[in-house]
Amino acid sequence: MNRKIASILIGATMALTGATAAGAGTLEDVKAKGFLQCGANGGNLIGFGATDEKGEWSGIDVDFCRAMASAIFNDPTKVKFTPLNAKERFTALQSGEVDVLSRNTTWTMSRDSSLGLQFVGVTYYDGQGFMVRKALGVSSALELSGAKVCTQTGTTTELNLADYFRSHNMPYEVVAFEKNEEVLQAYEAGRCDAYTTDASGLYAERLKLTNPDEHMILPEIISKEPLGPAVRQGDDKWFTLAKWTLFALLNAEELGLTKANIDEKKTSDNPEIKRFLGIEGNFGEPIGLPADWAYNVIKGVGNYGEIFDANIGPSTPLGIARGLNNLWSKGGIQYAPPIR
Amino acid sequence: MATLLNNPTYRGYAFQIVFVLVLGWLVWDIIDNTARNLQKANIAAGYGFLDRTAGFGIVQKLVDYAESSSYGRALLIGLLNTLLVSGLGIILATVLGFIVGVARLSSNWLVSRVAAAYVEILRNIPLLLQLFFWYFMVLRAVPGMREKWTLFGVFHLNIGGLHVPKLVLGETAWVIGAAILIAIAIMIFVAKWGAARQSATGYRPPVGWINLAVLIGLPVAAFFVAGQPLHFDVPVFNETGPLLMRGFQADSGMTVIPEFVGLLLSLSLYTAAYIAEVVRSGIQAVSRGQTEAAASLGLRPRQTLRLVVVPQAMRVIIPPLTNQYLNLTKNSSLAVAVAYPDLVAVGGTVLNQTGQAVEVVSIWMLFYLGLSFLTSAVMGYFNKRAALVER
Repeated sequence: MNRKIASILIGATMALTGATAAGAGTLEDVKAKGFLQCGANGGNLIGFGATDEKGEWSGIDVDFCRAMASAIFNDPTKVKFTPLNAKERFTALQSGEVDVLSRNTTWTMSRDSSLGLQFVGVTYYDGQGFMVRKALGVSSALELSGAKVCTQTGTTTELNLADYFRSHNMPYEVVAFEKNEEVLQAYEAGRCDAYTTDASGLYAERLKLTNPDEHMILPEIISKEPLGPAVRQGDDKWFTLAKWTLFALLNAEELGLTKANIDEKKTSDNPEIKRFLGIEGNFGEPIGLPADWAYNVIKGVGNYGEIFDANIGPSTPLGIARGLNNLWSKGGIQYAPPIR
Repeated sequence: MATLLNNPTYRGYAFQIVFVLVLGWLVWDIIDNTARNLQKANIAAGYGFLDRTAGFGIVQKLVDYAESSSYGRALLIGLLNTLLVSGLGIILATVLGFIVGVARLSSNWLVSRVAAAYVEILRNIPLLLQLFFWYFMVLRAVPGMREKWTLFGVFHLNIGGLHVPKLVLGETAWVIGAAILIAIAIMIFVAKWGAARQSATGYRPPVGWINLAVLIGLPVAAFFVAGQPLHFDVPVFNETGPLLMRGFQADSGMTVIPEFVGLLLSLSLYTAAYIAEVVRSGIQAVSRGQTEAAASLGLRPRQTLRLVVVPQAMRVIIPPLTNQYLNLTKNSSLAVAVAYPDLVAVGGTVLNQTGQAVEVVSIWMLFYLGLSFLTSAVMGYFNKRAALVER
């Protein structure tokens, strides 16, 4: 009965769009319309999903969508981006408005199980942190007892914040805004002692402050935030395609294949590279793609390490170290199953 | 058969029945389709999540709430916050709107120009921009968290909000509440008696003074009789210790947060501009002959306004005024932009944590619909009372 009452209200929308979700395969739909519709961050999160003054998108989430477009169309530009906020993102994916959601979204059990979507993997291992003024004289999040904390609403950060302060028996007050821009302004005006969000976001937001050097990010990471792309449940073929696009990016880095050297590597004798490039075997066919799909991905956007370095790595203004996001063979936990 | 088809009454019924059937089928189809689609997409449905633990904090709560409370409770907090800001907003906007509306008709050139400028500026700037303007202006104008401005020794202002003493009710405080209710009842009685006496004898007893005495005297007497069950919880300001510990101590006194102030200011100033125009049109709708007739009957200007102009103007004012009240209530949903935890803000967090979009959106719509119906009903009652009674 409850289900029926709930259904009345936005029934019309679901009735119209729900059909596509359960209908033909997403890959066929995407091929038919000639581009991939990708849900990206509408809040201009530098390094993950942001647009420049010319409207050009950049970021690692954005590059993942470009990688998928390369795999499908052999053309990284065949993507259209839908800017989404935290509240809209799942509905946009569920309703079929976007084909893939790549918007620094935390993979959690409830999201994976009850929202009708499936997480493809982890593009960035993140965690929630705190930014404070250096003048506050605080060096650890454990000293934040009684602090007023600004954050963005409609995300898991509010819950993590509450859990952290409650488990350490510290009083706090949360001021939750709808958009990052206002969180930052309120923090800068002094409404809050601390600003909390995913550490990656803090690095990006700090750059927007008038004097970034007066602020610091505390060492504590209070939550596990594996960020990754997600697709709708119920289309296994599409899910597999998205998953292996991510694995191809990781495997390419492991195999030493880059955007620049991939053409030379075509002559390589390494059987793993030969399989990767589609010279031996045809791993594209079962997922509905040409044999050289993985070659197209790397040719289009480069490998995972290249994407990381170009968007958020140490040479960028964000200056985030690889850390957990390094390959398993280099001290991180990024690991992809082999292509064979 | 042909006669039945040509009979306008039967034909009318037939069309209405067909229309209702088609509408019913359409609604049923939408519900059924949605339920099936949700199930097919493997999305959990239903309102069971309202009992689950919310786990997040809310900055302003009118009734008890902690992180361990349920989602349903969190939504209630949001609803109360919405009611608070719209209720106060409606009162402020009405008062200010009437003042500006009357001022715009003033014969004083400066007063009427200032009022006109107010209306034109305020209603031509988008509300969201005004909201940001007032909120960030409030934030930038006041001292920081570790400092304060003090007014009259008890009101303290800083970026954390307005800190005032909190009224704490003792066990026997209900006696005072009862005394206030009794005082109001007596006041109504006295007013009626005064009016009857005036029409009988021509002399008006000092009703105002009697009522004032009753309103103050009775509760004060009750306060002492009940053993002084009220005291104030004064905000505590710490000036020493680690930097983070300085400033106002949490849970001491009452804090009016700047988010609330910013939202209330922008909502009432914006809506007041519209109400001013409504009031002006209402007053101008009363023909000049009415004022002149009242004057020739010997009524003084104040009496003319109170007994002749305003009652007739109210007929024109009330219906569009209702619109403005509804708009203000609905506009309060912009709250989340400046972190005021209203129904939409809290609901947004609930939506994101549970992913129950259909359910949360339905709750939002239901609450706003109910709120609007309630406002309409109350205003409809006043409209009926103000309406022209034809004999």
